[in-house]
Amino acid sequence: MLLTNLTILVLAGFVGFAVISKVPNTLHTPLMSGTNAIHGIVLLGGLLVIGLSGNGTLNKLLLVIAIAFGTINIVGGFLVTDRMLEMFKRKPTAAPKDDEQ
Amino acid sequence: MTLATSFIHDPNFLDALYIVAFALFIYGLSGLTGPRTAVRGNRIAAVGMAIAVVATLLQRQEGSWGLIILGVAIGTAVGVPAARNVKMTAMPQMVALFNGVGGGAVFLIAWAEFRRSGGYHGTALYIAVFSVFAAIVGSISFWGSNIAFGKLQELLPGRPITLGAAQQPVNFLLGAVAVALGVIIAAGSHSELIFILMLLAAALLGNAVVLPIGGADMPVVISLLNAATGLSAAATGVALNNPALIVAGMIVGASGSILTNLMAVAMNRSIPAIIAGGFGGGGMIEGASGAGEHAGSVRSTSAADVAVQLAYARQVVIVPGYGMAVAQAQHAVRELAKALEARGVEVKYAIHPVAGRMPGHMNVLLAEADVPYEQLKEMDDINPEFSRTDVSLVIGANDVTNPAAKTDPGSPIYGMPILDVENSHSVIVIKRSMNPGFAGIENELYYKPGTAMLFGDAKSAVADITAELANI
Repeated sequence: MLLTNLTILVLAGFVGFAVISKVPNTLHTPLMSGTNAIHGIVLLGGLLVIGLSGNGTLNKLLLVIAIAFGTINIVGGFLVTDRMLEMFKRKPTAAPKDDEQ
Repeated sequence: MTLATSFIHDPNFLDALYIVAFALFIYGLSGLTGPRTAVRGNRIAAVGMAIAVVATLLQRQEGSWGLIILGVAIGTAVGVPAARNVKMTAMPQMVALFNGVGGGAVFLIAWAEFRRSGGYHGTALYIAVFSVFAAIVGSISFWGSNIAFGKLQELLPGRPITLGAAQQPVNFLLGAVAVALGVIIAAGSHSELIFILMLLAAALLGNAVVLPIGGADMPVVISLLNAATGLSAAATGVALNNPALIVAGMIVGASGSILTNLMAVAMNRSIPAIIAGGFGGGGMIEGASGAGEHAGSVRSTSAADVAVQLAYARQVVIVPGYGMAVAQAQHAVRELAKALEARGVEVKYAIHPVAGRMPGHMNVLLAEADVPYEQLKEMDDINPEFSRTDVSLVIGANDVTNPAAKTDPGSPIYGMPILDVENSHSVIVIKRSMNPGFAGIENELYYKPGTAMLFGDAKSAVADITAELANI
C-alpha cells in the first residue's frame, strides 16, 4: 500500500511540474486560485474520517469545521477562478489565430 | 440489495471514479496554458472535484449525514458570497484566506483522526508519519496564510514585524520543537497533550515566518504557503490511502513550488533569504524622507503636458505596479489607453513578474478592465521594445523600474531583472510622492533627464490625463 501510494505521489509530482510549467505568467493568479481550489480536496479526508466509528463530540466538531473549511476552499476557489478567467476570455478585438500561446 | 446499489458501492468502481477525478484535474489544469481554454479547464477540474466528492460519499458507511450537510452548508454560505463579491484588487488576500482554510482543514482532520484512533493506535508507522507531517505543515500553512491575509487586508501592519537577530534562532527552535514532538507521536506516544503542543509549535512557526515579511515579498510567501498546503493534502492522502488526494495535493505542491521559484528568480533573491524576512516595507514606510540625499533634481509635470506627449507618440508602454492596484486605477488606465488607441497610438502593457502582491496580480486587474490579453507583455518580450517606445508611463511601480538593479552593485536590489523603461525616449512616472518603494531605495530613474514626475493618486492622475487628451 505504501509503495503504491508513494509511486502515485512521485509520479503526480512530475506530472504537476510538467503541466504547470507551461502556464504563462499572465495566468499565474488564476493558476494559483485554481490550484488553491484543488487542494480543497482535503474535504474528502473530513468526509471519510467523520464516517468512521469512534468519533466523540469534540471530534465531530473538529470535523464539521474541517468540512466547512474544505468546502469554502473548493467552492470559493473554483468560483473566483471562473470569475477571473471569464475576464481574460472576453475580449473585444483580436484575431482568432492568436488563440493560444 | 439491488444490482445497481451493490455496483455503486463496489470498491473497484469507486477507485475508478477517483482515477477519473484526478485525470480531470490534470486535463483541466493543462487548459490553463491559454486564456481561451482556461475557463473550460477550470470547469473540468471542478467536475473532477465533484466526482471525487461523490465517490467519497458512496464509499462511506452510514451515519453523520447531518453533520456533513451542516459543514458543507456553512462552507457554501461563506465561500460563495466571498468568491462572488471580492474585488479583483483584493485577490491576493482572498487567495491567502482560501489557502489558509485548506491548511486548517488538513490539521483538523489529522487531529481528529489522532483522537479517534486513540493516538494512531494500531496504525502502521507510515500512516502516523504522514499524518504528523500533514498536521505540522497544515498548521504552519493555516497560521501563515492568516497572517498573510491580515497583512494584505491591512488588519496588520504591512511592514516587517521581526524579533531582529533573535528571529532566525526562534524560527529554528520552533521548527525543531514541532519536528521533535512529531517524532515522539510517530514513535508511538498516544498523548494528546504532545499532539496539541506539536500543533501549537507549528502554529507559532507559521506566525513567526510570515510576520517578518514585507508587502512586496508577498508573492513569494503566498506561493510558498500554497505549495505547503498542497503537500500537506498529499500527505493526508497517503495516510488515508486516497489516490485522488495524493494526486491533487502533489499537483498543487508542484504548482506552488514552481511559482515560488519564479518569483524568487524575478527578485534575484534566494527563497531562504526571503523567508528570513525583514527586507520589505511594502511601500508603506512611514516618514521616509524622500529625495533628501540625492544630488539630481526631479522634473515635475502636469496632466496637460503628459496628454500632449502621449497624443503625439507612436508607441506608449504602460508599466503598472502595486500603486495602480491600491488606487483601483485599472479602469481609468484602460480608458486612457482607449483614447490613445483612437488616435492611432500603439499601447502595450509591460508586466514585471513580481509587480503587485501575488503572481500575475497586474494581469488580473487589467483583464478586469477589458485590456486585451495580447497587449499584456511579459518582461522578456517587452524589454527589447523600450528603445522603440516614445513614452513609458509608469503607474505606481517603483523598484521594478530602478536602473540601480543593473548599475549599482551596492544596491539591495542589484541583479534583479527590471523593465528597461529608461531606454524609452521619455518616461512619465505617476506616483503619490517621492517616498521610496518597498526596498527603501532611491530610484535614480526619477532623476534622469528624460523622466518627468506626475504627482498624485494614480486613478485621478490618469483620469486627468484622459480628460486633457479630449481637449487636444
